[in-house]
Amino acid sequence: MPAVGTSARRYEGPEKLSGRALYLDDHDIPGCLFGVTLRSEIPRGRIKNVVFDRAFPWSECVVATAEDIPTNIVALIEDDQPLLADGIVRHALEPIALIAHESREKAYEALRFVRVEYEELPPVLTIEDSLSRREILYGSDNVFKRYLVRRGDVEKGLRESPVVVEGEYRVPHQEQAYIENNAMAAWWKDGALTVMGSLQCPYYVHKAMKKLFGLSDGQVRVIQATTGGGFGGKEEYPNMIGGHAAALARKAGRPVKIVYDRSEDMAATTKRHPAIVRHRTGLSRDGRLIAQDIQVLMDGGAYVTLSPVVLSRGTIHAPGPYECPNVRVDASVLATNTPPNGAFRGFGAPQTLFAAELHWEKIAAATGIDSLSLRRKNAFREGSVTATGQVLKESVGAREVLDLAVGKSGYLKKRSSYKRWNRDPKKPCWKGIGLALVHHGGGFTGSGEVYLASRAAVSIGRDGLVRVLAASTEIGQGTNTLFSQIVADALGLPRDLVAIENPDTAKVPDSGPTVASRTCMVVGGLLRRAADDLRSALLEAAGGSIPQSRSKLRQAAVRLCAGEKERRFEASYEPPAGVHWDDKSYSGDAYAVYSYAAVAADIEVDKTSFEVRVRKITTAQDIGRAINPLLAAGQVTGGTAQAVGWALYENVVMKNGRMTNPQLTNYIIPTALDTPPMDVILVEKPFSGGPFGAKGVGELPMDVPAPAIAAAVHQATGILIPELPLIPETLHRYHDQTQRQR
Amino acid sequence: MEFLRPRSVREALETFQKTPGALALAGGTDFMVGWNMGLLNGKTVVDLSRIAEWKGIEAGKTGVRIGSLVTHAELQRHPLIRREFPLLVEACALIGAIAIQNRGTIGGNIANASPAADTFPSLAVYEAVVHTASPQGRRAIPFLGIFAGPKKTHLRPGELIEAIEIPYARPRPSAAYFRKVGTRAAQALSKTVAAGLLWLSRGKTVAESRFALGSVAPTIRRARKAEDYLRGRKLTAETVGRAMDLVEAEIAPIDDVRSTAAYRFAVSKNLLKEFLECRPR
Amino acid sequence: MIKLNVNGKRRSFSGPLFKRLIDVLREDFRLTGTKEGCGEGECGACTVFLDGEPVNSCLIPVAHAEGRKVETIESLANAKKLGVMQEAFLKRGGAQCGICTPGMVMTAEYWRRVGGSPEPEAIRNVLAGNLCRCTGYQHIVDSVIEALGRRRKKARGQKA
Repeated sequence: MPAVGTSARRYEGPEKLSGRALYLDDHDIPGCLFGVTLRSEIPRGRIKNVVFDRAFPWSECVVATAEDIPTNIVALIEDDQPLLADGIVRHALEPIALIAHESREKAYEALRFVRVEYEELPPVLTIEDSLSRREILYGSDNVFKRYLVRRGDVEKGLRESPVVVEGEYRVPHQEQAYIENNAMAAWWKDGALTVMGSLQCPYYVHKAMKKLFGLSDGQVRVIQATTGGGFGGKEEYPNMIGGHAAALARKAGRPVKIVYDRSEDMAATTKRHPAIVRHRTGLSRDGRLIAQDIQVLMDGGAYVTLSPVVLSRGTIHAPGPYECPNVRVDASVLATNTPPNGAFRGFGAPQTLFAAELHWEKIAAATGIDSLSLRRKNAFREGSVTATGQVLKESVGAREVLDLAVGKSGYLKKRSSYKRWNRDPKKPCWKGIGLALVHHGGGFTGSGEVYLASRAAVSIGRDGLVRVLAASTEIGQGTNTLFSQIVADALGLPRDLVAIENPDTAKVPDSGPTVASRTCMVVGGLLRRAADDLRSALLEAAGGSIPQSRSKLRQAAVRLCAGEKERRFEASYEPPAGVHWDDKSYSGDAYAVYSYAAVAADIEVDKTSFEVRVRKITTAQDIGRAINPLLAAGQVTGGTAQAVGWALYENVVMKNGRMTNPQLTNYIIPTALDTPPMDVILVEKPFSGGPFGAKGVGELPMDVPAPAIAAAVHQATGILIPELPLIPETLHRYHDQTQRQR
Repeated sequence: MEFLRPRSVREALETFQKTPGALALAGGTDFMVGWNMGLLNGKTVVDLSRIAEWKGIEAGKTGVRIGSLVTHAELQRHPLIRREFPLLVEACALIGAIAIQNRGTIGGNIANASPAADTFPSLAVYEAVVHTASPQGRRAIPFLGIFAGPKKTHLRPGELIEAIEIPYARPRPSAAYFRKVGTRAAQALSKTVAAGLLWLSRGKTVAESRFALGSVAPTIRRARKAEDYLRGRKLTAETVGRAMDLVEAEIAPIDDVRSTAAYRFAVSKNLLKEFLECRPR
Repeated sequence: MIKLNVNGKRRSFSGPLFKRLIDVLREDFRLTGTKEGCGEGECGACTVFLDGEPVNSCLIPVAHAEGRKVETIESLANAKKLGVMQEAFLKRGGAQCGICTPGMVMTAEYWRRVGGSPEPEAIRNVLAGNLCRCTGYQHIVDSVIEALGRRRKKARGQKA
């Protein structure tokens, strides 16, 4: 029976459910010290002096500073971020020094005996502040990266449009809030370094360690421990923490473990980029798009980190899943003196799609045409051309997901019954239902996958064990299970004969980072090809049919291995035929394929407290073939809940460049009672370039609920609030202003 | 760090006499957060959890006496409390979630004196009395009289809360109201929390009303001016509106990481309105 | 020194009495199934039973467990077989990254043992002290309903 398409049980589920799975802090590492980080208290300044108070017994500790790092650079896109601040701090909570001690309590206590003396410099804390160029933090203009996407002639299009609608939208930070805080350990032996931890991208850490300590490929080994959630938050920050643990371990000559507590993790590590998005949209009187002029500004924080790629995805998704002959997207990410922002599920797209989708509400008001009809008029179909000039040749489910979400939610009926309900002043709440439609590209943007040149392998041992070898990590999304399903079916074996090798750079090839909705679609595709090769070899060895039992498989494997311990079949990335991208003009096939999703959000606003309660989310998502429908639905429900959080609860309060509510008590993520029941409809429009027709699903669900909720609040209250989060205080403020104006 | 564990009230009082400045530990739900943050390093802690005398609920003729170590979960389960003090039960059900309710105690909650404590509006409108013990003897303090400010009480050094006495509300109120407006639906801290009792005489005239608000001033507030104004008046849009204005003058909310003063003002008034309109949510 | 019962075994602990129960379980007894997510009783990842009631083990000094029964996630399954609630979570997709799972399963298991309601709203209410960032809770609620349903089926079967 084929495994693909079934809700096969989670591969590592029994370990996780029984408490046997070992997360980093569960590992008992003999002789391990505990490391802590001394961080900057100010957003910008020169370090004059670091004073270690003699009242503390420093001989019990190991201390590392910038001087102890051979090459003080955390390698990523640019080499601008030091592992430890050297003379200058560019954001609050920037690491300055490291302390290790045998006792966790003592290590924390030691921090209280260090004082840093600064010469403060004027900080740049917001996008506007950075744009003003009052202070220059980066290059000549504070711009980390700028992209310009152009199609047609936007100025002409706007001039010729009978209707032009303008809007400005603002979206805030969001904290990943995985429940397992960041945690890494490191140890050295004979000049070689091993790093183990909670991480998404083993080979990112591998590359960073080589640079920091001047090591060769073979001198660094990175092992993933069971990882308690990532959502992008463990994409690149583990490079930093891994480097810290390695620096301390190097000096101590003993293993060192660094496990952040919640406050430190929230305040110091990366978040979703805040953004300002401005739209100027030209339309015909019957609501057809003529021109979209879009400006995107993102707050990158103090170092480049991943900002250029986040901006890239935000830029390409900014027009939404609609065809428009004249488009300009002018996007920049700016430097500020705040902790660097980074990857978070959706990776720039939720920010720009929030603006694109909520803007339809404004257009609906201006044209007198409802937003559903407007979307239906303009949404992508097969053959549509995107803003980057990509022709969408196959697997375009935009209209289908929209119609399904509308139909299943009773959108039209509710829209009119809520209108009546809201007229009655005696009702305790206002009601609303709102829509959104989005697309999300699978895999790296443009030529990204070509540059990555990922490799993945399938091996068979003399013992008959088939192993999946990839650096793609299981972080909850189901990597292990999907890979086992894909490889089992490609081989024609029962799934329990396929094992997944733990991501460990000593054992698995570099299949690229676990990001960008690429694991199933791209790496799954590589594994399918590798498994196909193994299958051919196995068929030959077994005399024409694939053995179905462990013992028969072993016999065939012995023949196949021919004296070797194992046979390994590897596949590397090859771009699909006919895909072209030009980095200079930022045009072409931005992604091999897009996934599509629509949401209808059914909400109530309490008139006493202005609290928004989501009663129901109805969502249809076109993800190509669902390799495992239960896991796919789990991605949808999980991403939806994070988006509900971003829309309604999650408020990073910044003061002087520093988060003032870095606790789960005060940074509010939804509980089971705040998360609505969800009706999830998977739409399977197969993609010829994905394994068994699969497309990406990881990020898509995060893009779509927030604008639908904001549109529903618009219907409920009559107020279009162009910012997030829609906390009761914000609703009250807008409501109060509207009352005053009346 | 010293950790002392008296087994009786007498032992507890002696312990505090011997170690001035020691900190009292009951259920630990707030206390241990401080421990985790390293705020208790070097402090002496007196664990009261073994004092059996403070763990019971006794029904009397005019009211009930609740031992200070009774947990929020126990209060919710107790038949007499459920019958007589539904506003206390509702409040207890919204303190954190079940794991917190199983540990947090009514006495610990009072001693902790958080302006955002969820049980306080209910205890204020039921006009509870706090019984304390100290080496100088025992005393009974009206509930509202115990708070001196955020996280501060008028308890003297070494004076411990033994029990909370709550008189039965007689005659039975015509309406009872509790609502917590928190940071989310559950496992939340309150932005504003309110309780109210209303007695109507014939002809829908207010015989008496009691309304209390938390999280909107340094300590729990009774809306005395609004209560006085409403006495003897019929509930109309006008009188309710006037009462709402009076509430505004009796509270002093602030901007903090959880909410804003402007919002708390508005919601406090709306809560009073909802209470007086007896509108089911 | 204090004595306590952990997962049915008598244990003694002779370290500082103010040590947190979670640290004693993880460090002294090497029961690392219980997780720490926040250290302030907010996330519920550290949920264990104390005399059968769910509590946050990060907020309890070990002294408070003296002479009492502590049960952790490790007590729900034996080497061969998962417990009813764990099996239901596996079938219905209630676990993703797994870090909230031990605490979540413990609270759910409490609900099963006390004969809690299978209504989704009641389940959501009892689980409100256990934060999950992966699942959006829907599959967790489904898992609990599944486990409670099994109990019902079993009860019906016995009657017949």
